[in-house]
Amino acid sequence: MKEATPEYGEFRQRDRNAHPPAYAPAYKTSILRSPRNALISLQNSLSEITGPVFSGDELGPLDHDLILNYAKGGLPIGERIIVHGYILDEFGRPVSNALVEVWQANAGGRYRHKKDAYIAPIDPNFGGCGRVLSDRDGHYVYRTIKPGPYPWRNNVNDWRPAHIHYSISGSGWAQRLITQMYFEGDPLIAQCPIVKTIPSEAAIRQLIAPLDKNAAVALDSLAYRFDIVLRGARANWFENRLQSDEPMQRE
Amino acid sequence: MVNELKYLKESASQTAGPYVHIGLAPKQAGFDIFDKNFSNVLAGPKTKGERIRIEGCVIDGSGTPLRDVLLEMWQANAAGKYNHPADRQKKAADGTFRGWGRACSDFATGVWSFETIKPGAVAGRSGRPMAPHVNLWIVARGINIGLNTRMYFPDEEKANAADPVLNLIEWEVRRKTLIARHEKKDDMNVYRFDIHLQGPHETVFFDV
Repeated sequence: MKEATPEYGEFRQRDRNAHPPAYAPAYKTSILRSPRNALISLQNSLSEITGPVFSGDELGPLDHDLILNYAKGGLPIGERIIVHGYILDEFGRPVSNALVEVWQANAGGRYRHKKDAYIAPIDPNFGGCGRVLSDRDGHYVYRTIKPGPYPWRNNVNDWRPAHIHYSISGSGWAQRLITQMYFEGDPLIAQCPIVKTIPSEAAIRQLIAPLDKNAAVALDSLAYRFDIVLRGARANWFENRLQSDEPMQRE
Repeated sequence: MVNELKYLKESASQTAGPYVHIGLAPKQAGFDIFDKNFSNVLAGPKTKGERIRIEGCVIDGSGTPLRDVLLEMWQANAAGKYNHPADRQKKAADGTFRGWGRACSDFATGVWSFETIKPGAVAGRSGRPMAPHVNLWIVARGINIGLNTRMYFPDEEKANAADPVLNLIEWEVRRKTLIARHEKKDDMNVYRFDIHLQGPHETVFFDV
Protein backbone atom coordinates (compact mmCIF):
# COMPACT_ATOMS: atom_id res chain seq x y z
CA MET A 1 0.00 0.00 0.00
CA LYS A 2 1.32 3.41 -0.90
CA GLU A 3 1.78 6.00 1.82
CA ALA A 4 -0.87 8.65 2.22
CA THR A 5 -0.13 12.04 0.71
CA PRO A 6 2.63 13.49 2.90
CA GLU A 7 2.07 17.12 1.97
CA TYR A 8 -0.90 19.06 0.80
CA GLY A 9 -0.66 20.75 -2.53
CA GLU A 10 -2.49 21.99 -5.53
CA PHE A 11 -4.77 19.53 -7.25
CA ARG A 12 -4.20 18.19 -10.71
CA GLN A 13 -6.29 19.98 -13.24
CA ARG A 14 -9.70 18.40 -13.66
CA ASP A 15 -10.13 16.61 -17.01
CA ARG A 16 -13.47 18.05 -18.01
CA ASN A 17 -13.64 15.68 -20.99
CA ALA A 18 -14.07 12.77 -18.60
CA HIS A 19 -17.02 14.45 -16.87
CA PRO A 20 -20.48 15.21 -18.21
CA PRO A 21 -20.82 18.66 -19.73
CA ALA A 22 -23.18 21.03 -17.91
CA TYR A 23 -25.44 21.17 -20.98
CA ALA A 24 -26.51 17.66 -21.97
CA PRO A 25 -29.85 18.08 -23.73
CA ALA A 26 -30.80 14.37 -23.73
CA TYR A 27 -31.07 14.85 -19.96
CA LYS A 28 -33.72 17.50 -20.27
CA THR A 29 -33.44 19.07 -16.83
CA SER A 30 -29.89 20.14 -17.63
CA ILE A 31 -31.06 22.49 -20.36
CA LEU A 32 -32.20 25.33 -18.10
CA ARG A 33 -29.74 24.53 -15.32
CA SER A 34 -26.45 24.67 -17.23
CA PRO A 35 -24.26 27.76 -17.28
CA ARG A 36 -23.62 29.06 -20.79
CA ASN A 37 -20.39 30.95 -20.16
CA ALA A 38 -17.01 29.30 -19.96
CA LEU A 39 -15.83 28.46 -16.45
CA ILE A 40 -13.09 30.79 -15.24
CA SER A 41 -9.99 28.66 -14.60
CA LEU A 42 -8.39 29.23 -11.20
CA GLN A 43 -5.04 28.06 -10.00
CA ASN A 44 -5.57 26.69 -6.51
CA SER A 45 -5.20 28.98 -3.53
CA LEU A 46 -5.69 28.07 0.11
CA SER A 47 -9.44 28.36 -0.53
CA GLU A 48 -9.32 25.34 -2.83
CA ILE A 49 -6.62 23.11 -1.32
CA THR A 50 -8.16 23.21 2.14
CA GLY A 51 -11.58 21.79 2.97
CA PRO A 52 -13.74 20.62 5.85
CA VAL A 53 -12.33 17.97 8.17
CA PHE A 54 -14.72 15.41 9.68
CA SER A 55 -14.24 13.15 12.67
CA GLY A 56 -15.57 9.73 13.55
CA ASP A 57 -17.45 10.96 16.60
CA GLU A 58 -19.81 12.88 14.33
CA LEU A 59 -21.16 9.61 12.96
CA GLY A 60 -23.34 7.12 14.78
CA PRO A 61 -22.49 3.40 15.16
CA LEU A 62 -25.13 2.33 12.60
CA ASP A 63 -24.66 5.16 10.11
CA HIS A 64 -22.90 2.74 7.73
CA ASP A 65 -25.46 -0.04 8.10
CA LEU A 66 -28.50 0.76 5.97
CA ILE A 67 -29.99 -2.62 6.81
CA LEU A 68 -30.27 -1.66 10.48
CA ASN A 69 -30.14 2.13 10.67
CA TYR A 70 -33.86 2.62 10.02
CA ALA A 71 -35.16 -0.84 11.00
CA LYS A 72 -38.39 -0.45 12.97
CA GLY A 73 -38.83 -3.91 14.43
CA GLY A 74 -38.16 -5.75 11.15
CA LEU A 75 -35.61 -5.93 8.37
CA PRO A 76 -35.86 -4.19 5.00
CA ILE A 77 -36.93 -6.27 2.00
CA GLY A 78 -34.43 -6.97 -0.77
CA GLU A 79 -31.03 -8.40 -1.60
CA ARG A 80 -28.60 -7.89 1.26
CA ILE A 81 -25.32 -6.51 -0.06
CA ILE A 82 -22.03 -5.16 1.22
CA VAL A 83 -20.45 -2.35 -0.74
CA HIS A 84 -16.80 -1.56 -0.19
CA GLY A 85 -13.82 -0.05 -1.92
CA TYR A 86 -10.98 2.41 -1.71
CA ILE A 87 -10.95 6.17 -2.04
CA LEU A 88 -7.78 6.90 -4.01
CA ASP A 89 -6.33 9.98 -5.60
CA GLU A 90 -5.11 10.14 -9.19
CA PHE A 91 -1.63 9.12 -8.09
CA GLY A 92 -3.00 5.94 -6.53
CA ARG A 93 -2.56 7.19 -2.99
CA PRO A 94 -5.26 6.39 -0.44
CA VAL A 95 -7.43 9.30 0.68
CA SER A 96 -8.00 8.69 4.36
CA ASN A 97 -10.73 10.31 6.45
CA ALA A 98 -12.85 11.08 3.39
CA LEU A 99 -16.53 11.52 4.23
CA VAL A 100 -18.53 9.13 2.04
CA GLU A 101 -22.28 9.71 2.11
CA VAL A 102 -24.66 7.43 0.18
CA TRP A 103 -28.35 7.45 -0.60
CA GLN A 104 -30.60 5.22 -2.67
CA ALA A 105 -34.06 3.91 -3.45
CA ASN A 106 -35.34 0.78 -1.72
CA ALA A 107 -35.56 -2.66 -3.35
CA GLY A 108 -38.72 -1.60 -5.20
CA GLY A 109 -37.16 1.56 -6.63
CA ARG A 110 -38.92 3.96 -4.26
CA TYR A 111 -37.20 6.76 -2.34
CA ARG A 112 -38.12 7.81 1.15
CA HIS A 113 -38.62 11.41 0.11
CA LYS A 114 -41.63 13.67 0.27
CA LYS A 115 -41.29 14.45 -3.44
CA ASP A 116 -41.16 10.83 -4.67
CA ALA A 117 -44.63 9.63 -5.72
CA TYR A 118 -43.70 6.40 -7.55
CA ILE A 119 -46.27 3.62 -7.10
CA ALA A 120 -43.78 1.18 -5.51
CA PRO A 121 -44.23 1.16 -1.74
CA ILE A 122 -42.06 2.72 0.94
CA ASP A 123 -40.31 0.05 2.99
CA PRO A 124 -41.08 0.79 6.66
CA ASN A 125 -37.69 -0.61 7.68
CA PHE A 126 -35.53 1.19 5.16
CA GLY A 127 -34.35 4.81 5.29
CA GLY A 128 -31.99 4.70 2.34
CA CYS A 129 -29.01 6.73 3.52
CA GLY A 130 -25.73 6.08 5.23
CA ARG A 131 -22.28 7.54 5.75
CA VAL A 132 -18.80 6.41 6.62
CA LEU A 133 -15.28 7.83 6.86
CA SER A 134 -12.54 6.11 4.89
CA ASP A 135 -9.86 4.54 7.06
CA ARG A 136 -6.09 5.03 7.00
CA ASP A 137 -5.82 2.93 3.84
CA GLY A 138 -8.63 4.85 2.15
CA HIS A 139 -10.97 1.88 2.56
CA TYR A 140 -14.69 2.25 3.26
CA VAL A 141 -17.50 -0.27 3.70
CA TYR A 142 -21.21 -0.20 4.31
CA ARG A 143 -24.08 -2.66 4.19
CA THR A 144 -27.38 -2.12 2.44
CA ILE A 145 -30.16 -3.52 0.28
CA LYS A 146 -29.69 -3.57 -3.47
CA PRO A 147 -31.80 -0.72 -4.86
CA GLY A 148 -34.37 -1.32 -7.59
CA PRO A 149 -34.57 0.48 -10.94
CA TYR A 150 -37.35 3.02 -11.37
CA PRO A 151 -39.03 5.07 -14.09
CA TRP A 152 -38.56 8.81 -14.38
CA ARG A 153 -40.06 11.49 -16.50
CA ASN A 154 -37.47 12.48 -19.09
CA ASN A 155 -38.61 10.67 -22.17
CA VAL A 156 -41.81 9.09 -20.97
CA ASN A 157 -40.43 5.54 -20.79
CA ASP A 158 -36.98 6.29 -19.36
CA TRP A 159 -35.77 4.15 -16.46
CA ARG A 160 -32.89 4.65 -14.12
CA PRO A 161 -30.65 1.60 -13.70
CA ALA A 162 -30.23 0.44 -10.11
CA HIS A 163 -27.80 2.90 -8.53
CA ILE A 164 -26.47 4.29 -5.29
CA HIS A 165 -25.71 8.00 -5.06
CA TYR A 166 -22.34 8.95 -3.59
CA SER A 167 -21.09 12.20 -2.13
CA ILE A 168 -17.37 12.32 -1.30
CA SER A 169 -15.48 15.00 0.62
CA GLY A 170 -11.73 14.48 0.42
CA SER A 171 -9.03 16.62 1.99
CA GLY A 172 -9.56 19.67 -0.22
CA TRP A 173 -12.51 21.71 -1.41
CA ALA A 174 -11.49 21.20 -5.04
CA GLN A 175 -11.90 17.41 -4.66
CA ARG A 176 -15.59 17.60 -3.78
CA LEU A 177 -17.49 15.10 -5.89
CA ILE A 178 -20.98 13.69 -6.30
CA THR A 179 -21.45 10.62 -8.43
CA GLN A 180 -23.47 7.41 -8.75
CA MET A 181 -22.51 3.75 -8.53
CA TYR A 182 -24.10 1.25 -10.92
CA PHE A 183 -24.19 -2.54 -10.73
CA GLU A 184 -22.40 -4.98 -13.02
CA GLY A 185 -24.67 -6.61 -15.55
CA ASP A 186 -27.55 -4.12 -15.50
CA PRO A 187 -28.89 -3.69 -19.07
CA LEU A 188 -30.46 -0.34 -18.15
CA ILE A 189 -27.05 1.31 -17.73
CA ALA A 190 -26.43 1.58 -21.46
CA GLN A 191 -29.85 3.15 -22.03
CA CYS A 192 -29.82 5.73 -19.27
CA PRO A 193 -29.77 9.40 -20.37
CA ILE A 194 -28.03 10.40 -17.14
CA VAL A 195 -25.29 7.79 -17.56
CA LYS A 196 -24.93 8.88 -21.16
CA THR A 197 -24.15 12.46 -20.16
CA ILE A 198 -20.65 11.05 -19.48
CA PRO A 199 -18.73 11.41 -22.75
CA SER A 200 -16.23 8.60 -22.21
CA GLU A 201 -16.91 4.83 -22.20
CA ALA A 202 -13.97 4.28 -19.87
CA ALA A 203 -15.32 6.85 -17.42
CA ILE A 204 -18.72 5.12 -17.46
CA ARG A 205 -17.11 1.72 -16.79
CA GLN A 206 -15.36 3.24 -13.80
CA LEU A 207 -18.80 3.86 -12.22
CA ILE A 208 -19.96 0.23 -12.59
CA ALA A 209 -19.23 -1.85 -9.51
CA PRO A 210 -18.31 -5.50 -10.11
CA LEU A 211 -19.68 -8.30 -7.99
CA ASP A 212 -16.98 -9.11 -5.42
CA LYS A 213 -17.68 -12.51 -3.97
CA ASN A 214 -14.44 -12.37 -1.98
CA ALA A 215 -16.04 -9.71 0.18
CA ALA A 216 -19.39 -11.50 0.48
CA VAL A 217 -20.52 -13.03 3.74
CA ALA A 218 -21.42 -16.65 3.01
CA LEU A 219 -25.09 -17.51 3.53
CA ASP A 220 -25.79 -13.83 4.33
CA SER A 221 -24.81 -11.02 1.92
CA LEU A 222 -23.33 -10.58 -1.55
CA ALA A 223 -20.76 -7.83 -2.08
CA TYR A 224 -19.86 -5.24 -4.68
CA ARG A 225 -16.63 -3.31 -4.92
CA PHE A 226 -16.54 0.34 -5.87
CA ASP A 227 -13.30 2.30 -5.87
CA ILE A 228 -13.51 6.05 -6.26
CA VAL A 229 -10.77 8.30 -7.57
CA LEU A 230 -10.51 11.89 -6.40
CA ARG A 231 -8.25 14.54 -7.87
CA GLY A 232 -4.61 14.09 -6.96
CA ALA A 233 -2.70 16.56 -4.85
CA ARG A 234 0.48 17.56 -6.63
CA ALA A 235 2.77 17.97 -3.66
CA ASN A 236 6.16 18.80 -5.11
CA TRP A 237 9.06 21.19 -4.71
CA PHE A 238 7.59 23.92 -6.81
CA GLU A 239 4.12 24.05 -5.43
CA ASN A 240 4.33 23.58 -1.69
CA ARG A 241 5.06 27.18 -1.01
CA LEU A 242 1.56 28.50 -1.46
CA GLN A 243 0.75 27.04 1.92
CA SER A 244 2.97 29.56 3.70
CA ASP A 245 2.95 33.29 4.19
CA GLU A 246 6.04 33.54 2.03
CA PRO A 247 5.38 35.27 -1.25
CA MET A 248 5.85 33.16 -4.36
CA GLN A 249 7.56 34.90 -7.22
CA ARG A 250 4.95 34.20 -9.82
CA GLU A 251 1.37 35.00 -10.48
CA MET B 1 6.55 3.61 -27.71
CA VAL B 2 7.23 5.39 -24.46
CA ASN B 3 6.75 4.64 -20.81
CA GLU B 4 3.07 4.69 -19.94
CA LEU B 5 1.85 7.41 -17.54
CA LYS B 6 -0.06 5.38 -15.01
CA TYR B 7 -2.23 8.00 -13.42
CA LEU B 8 -5.70 7.06 -12.32
CA LYS B 9 -8.58 9.11 -13.68
CA GLU B 10 -10.89 11.04 -11.42
CA SER B 11 -14.27 9.30 -11.16
CA ALA B 12 -16.86 10.99 -13.35
CA SER B 13 -19.44 13.25 -11.75
CA GLN B 14 -23.15 12.45 -11.94
CA THR B 15 -26.05 14.67 -10.99
CA ALA B 16 -27.10 14.72 -7.34
CA GLY B 17 -30.66 14.17 -8.56
CA PRO B 18 -33.94 15.30 -7.01
CA TYR B 19 -33.52 13.22 -3.85
CA VAL B 20 -30.14 14.53 -2.74
CA HIS B 21 -31.73 15.48 0.59
CA ILE B 22 -32.09 11.82 1.61
CA GLY B 23 -28.36 11.40 1.76
CA LEU B 24 -27.13 14.83 2.68
CA ALA B 25 -30.00 16.37 4.64
CA PRO B 26 -32.49 13.61 5.56
CA LYS B 27 -34.64 15.86 7.75
CA GLN B 28 -35.38 17.91 4.65
CA ALA B 29 -36.42 14.72 2.84
CA GLY B 30 -38.93 14.21 5.64
CA PHE B 31 -37.43 11.73 8.09
CA ASP B 32 -35.15 11.43 11.06
CA ILE B 33 -32.32 8.91 10.94
CA PHE B 34 -28.95 10.22 12.18
CA ASP B 35 -28.22 11.40 15.72
CA LYS B 36 -26.02 14.20 14.42
CA ASN B 37 -26.84 16.12 11.29
CA PHE B 38 -24.81 18.58 9.29
CA SER B 39 -26.49 21.93 8.93
CA ASN B 40 -26.48 25.45 7.59
CA VAL B 41 -25.29 26.86 10.93
CA LEU B 42 -21.53 27.33 10.79
CA ALA B 43 -20.93 29.53 13.82
CA GLY B 44 -21.30 28.30 17.41
CA PRO B 45 -22.01 30.52 20.43
CA LYS B 46 -18.29 30.90 21.16
CA THR B 47 -17.12 31.49 17.60
CA LYS B 48 -15.25 34.74 17.18
CA GLY B 49 -16.44 37.20 14.59
CA GLU B 50 -19.33 39.23 13.32
CA ARG B 51 -22.54 37.21 12.96
CA ILE B 52 -24.00 37.33 9.50
CA ARG B 53 -26.54 35.48 7.43
CA ILE B 54 -25.97 34.67 3.78
CA GLU B 55 -29.09 33.90 1.82
CA GLY B 56 -30.33 33.73 -1.71
CA CYS B 57 -31.84 31.69 -4.48
CA VAL B 58 -30.35 29.71 -7.32
CA ILE B 59 -32.22 30.74 -10.44
CA ASP B 60 -32.56 28.76 -13.67
CA GLY B 61 -32.65 29.98 -17.26
CA SER B 62 -36.38 30.68 -17.12
CA GLY B 63 -36.01 32.93 -14.07
CA THR B 64 -37.46 30.29 -11.74
CA PRO B 65 -35.72 29.58 -8.43
CA LEU B 66 -34.51 26.00 -7.97
CA ARG B 67 -36.45 24.44 -5.13
CA ASP B 68 -34.38 21.28 -4.94
CA VAL B 69 -30.86 22.70 -4.84
CA LEU B 70 -28.22 21.94 -2.22
CA LEU B 71 -25.29 24.22 -1.47
CA GLU B 72 -22.19 23.80 0.60
CA MET B 73 -20.10 26.66 1.91
CA TRP B 74 -16.44 26.67 2.93
CA GLN B 75 -14.84 29.70 4.49
CA ALA B 76 -12.03 31.00 6.68
CA ASN B 77 -12.51 32.12 10.27
CA ALA B 78 -12.72 35.76 11.37
CA ALA B 79 -8.91 36.01 11.34
CA GLY B 80 -8.69 34.74 7.77
CA LYS B 81 -7.47 31.20 8.49
CA TYR B 82 -8.99 27.94 7.28
CA ASN B 83 -9.53 25.17 9.82
CA HIS B 84 -7.33 22.71 7.91
CA PRO B 85 -3.74 21.48 8.38
CA ALA B 86 -2.63 22.82 4.98
CA ASP B 87 -3.29 26.39 6.13
CA ARG B 88 0.00 27.41 7.75
CA GLN B 89 -0.65 31.13 7.88
CA LYS B 90 0.47 32.58 11.20
CA LYS B 91 -3.00 33.60 12.29
CA ALA B 92 -5.28 32.73 15.18
CA ALA B 93 -7.13 29.42 14.84
CA ASP B 94 -10.68 29.13 16.14
CA GLY B 95 -11.43 25.60 17.34
CA THR B 96 -15.16 26.36 17.54
CA PHE B 97 -15.41 27.01 13.82
CA ARG B 98 -15.05 24.32 11.17
CA GLY B 99 -15.98 26.82 8.49
CA TRP B 100 -18.25 24.46 6.58
CA GLY B 101 -22.00 24.07 6.25
CA ARG B 102 -24.67 22.68 4.01
CA ALA B 103 -28.02 24.25 3.09
CA CYS B 104 -31.06 23.18 1.08
CA SER B 105 -33.42 25.54 -0.64
CA ASP B 106 -36.95 25.73 0.70
CA PHE B 107 -39.29 23.46 -1.29
CA ALA B 108 -41.79 26.32 -1.66
CA THR B 109 -39.73 29.49 -2.09
CA GLY B 110 -36.30 28.29 -3.23
CA VAL B 111 -34.56 30.40 -0.57
CA TRP B 112 -31.52 28.93 1.19
CA SER B 113 -29.42 30.48 3.95
CA PHE B 114 -26.29 30.05 6.07
CA GLU B 115 -25.77 31.37 9.60
CA THR B 116 -22.12 32.19 9.95
CA ILE B 117 -19.49 34.82 10.69
CA LYS B 118 -17.81 37.15 8.29
CA PRO B 119 -14.47 35.63 7.21
CA GLY B 120 -11.18 37.49 7.33
CA ALA B 121 -8.89 37.89 4.34
CA VAL B 122 -6.79 34.83 3.40
CA ALA B 123 -3.40 35.00 1.67
CA GLY B 124 -3.64 34.38 -2.06
CA ARG B 125 -1.13 32.56 -4.22
CA SER B 126 1.20 35.52 -4.40
CA GLY B 127 1.10 36.01 -0.64
CA ARG B 128 -0.99 39.15 -1.00
CA PRO B 129 -4.42 38.91 0.58
CA MET B 130 -7.54 37.80 -1.23
CA ALA B 131 -10.60 39.84 -0.33
CA PRO B 132 -12.86 38.20 2.28
CA HIS B 133 -15.02 35.63 0.53
CA VAL B 134 -16.90 32.39 1.03
CA ASN B 135 -16.63 29.44 -1.34
CA LEU B 136 -19.83 27.85 -2.57
CA TRP B 137 -20.51 24.50 -4.25
CA ILE B 138 -23.90 23.91 -5.85
CA VAL B 139 -25.53 20.61 -6.79
CA ALA B 140 -29.05 19.67 -7.89
CA ARG B 141 -31.08 17.67 -10.34
CA GLY B 142 -30.05 18.83 -13.81
CA ILE B 143 -26.60 19.96 -12.64
CA ASN B 144 -24.22 17.33 -14.02
CA ILE B 145 -21.14 18.44 -12.16
CA GLY B 146 -21.06 20.58 -9.01
CA LEU B 147 -20.70 24.29 -9.68
CA ASN B 148 -18.01 26.24 -7.83
CA THR B 149 -18.31 29.92 -7.15
CA ARG B 150 -17.34 32.52 -4.55
CA MET B 151 -19.31 35.22 -2.80
CA TYR B 152 -17.61 38.51 -1.95
CA PHE B 153 -18.81 41.30 0.36
CA PRO B 154 -20.13 44.64 -0.92
CA ASP B 155 -18.60 46.52 2.05
CA GLU B 156 -15.05 45.48 1.04
CA GLU B 157 -14.73 47.64 -2.04
CA LYS B 158 -11.01 48.29 -1.69
CA ALA B 159 -10.14 44.65 -1.01
CA ASN B 160 -12.40 43.49 -3.82
CA ALA B 161 -10.70 45.87 -6.25
CA ALA B 162 -7.36 44.25 -5.43
CA ASP B 163 -8.60 40.66 -5.28
CA PRO B 164 -6.53 38.40 -7.55
CA VAL B 165 -9.48 36.14 -8.39
CA LEU B 166 -11.98 38.88 -9.20
CA ASN B 167 -9.33 40.50 -11.34
CA LEU B 168 -8.92 37.31 -13.35
CA ILE B 169 -12.42 37.87 -14.71
CA GLU B 170 -11.89 39.83 -17.87
CA TRP B 171 -15.39 41.37 -17.97
CA GLU B 172 -15.89 43.83 -15.14
CA VAL B 173 -19.63 43.47 -15.48
CA ARG B 174 -19.34 39.77 -14.68
CA ARG B 175 -17.25 40.39 -11.54
CA LYS B 176 -20.32 42.02 -10.04
CA THR B 177 -22.17 38.70 -10.15
CA LEU B 178 -19.95 37.56 -7.27
CA ILE B 179 -20.67 40.47 -4.94
CA ALA B 180 -23.57 40.09 -2.54
CA ARG B 181 -26.09 42.79 -1.62
CA HIS B 182 -26.16 43.95 1.99
CA GLU B 183 -29.47 44.09 3.86
CA LYS B 184 -30.32 44.72 7.48
CA LYS B 185 -33.00 42.40 8.83
CA ASP B 186 -33.94 42.46 12.54
CA ASP B 187 -30.55 43.96 13.40
CA MET B 188 -28.86 41.09 11.54
CA ASN B 189 -26.41 41.76 8.76
CA VAL B 190 -27.74 39.76 5.86
CA TYR B 191 -25.92 39.28 2.58
CA ARG B 192 -28.23 38.42 -0.27
CA PHE B 193 -26.59 36.37 -2.99
CA ASP B 194 -28.73 35.18 -5.87
CA ILE B 195 -26.98 32.76 -8.19
CA HIS B 196 -28.07 32.84 -11.82
CA LEU B 197 -27.33 29.69 -13.79
CA GLN B 198 -28.03 31.37 -17.13
CA GLY B 199 -29.09 34.65 -18.66
CA PRO B 200 -27.67 38.18 -18.79
CA HIS B 201 -26.73 38.01 -15.09
CA GLU B 202 -25.21 34.53 -15.22
CA THR B 203 -23.02 34.10 -12.16
CA VAL B 204 -19.32 33.45 -12.69
CA PHE B 205 -18.46 29.81 -12.01
CA PHE B 206 -14.91 28.58 -11.60
CA ASP B 207 -12.94 25.57 -12.74
CA VAL B 208 -11.00 25.32 -9.50
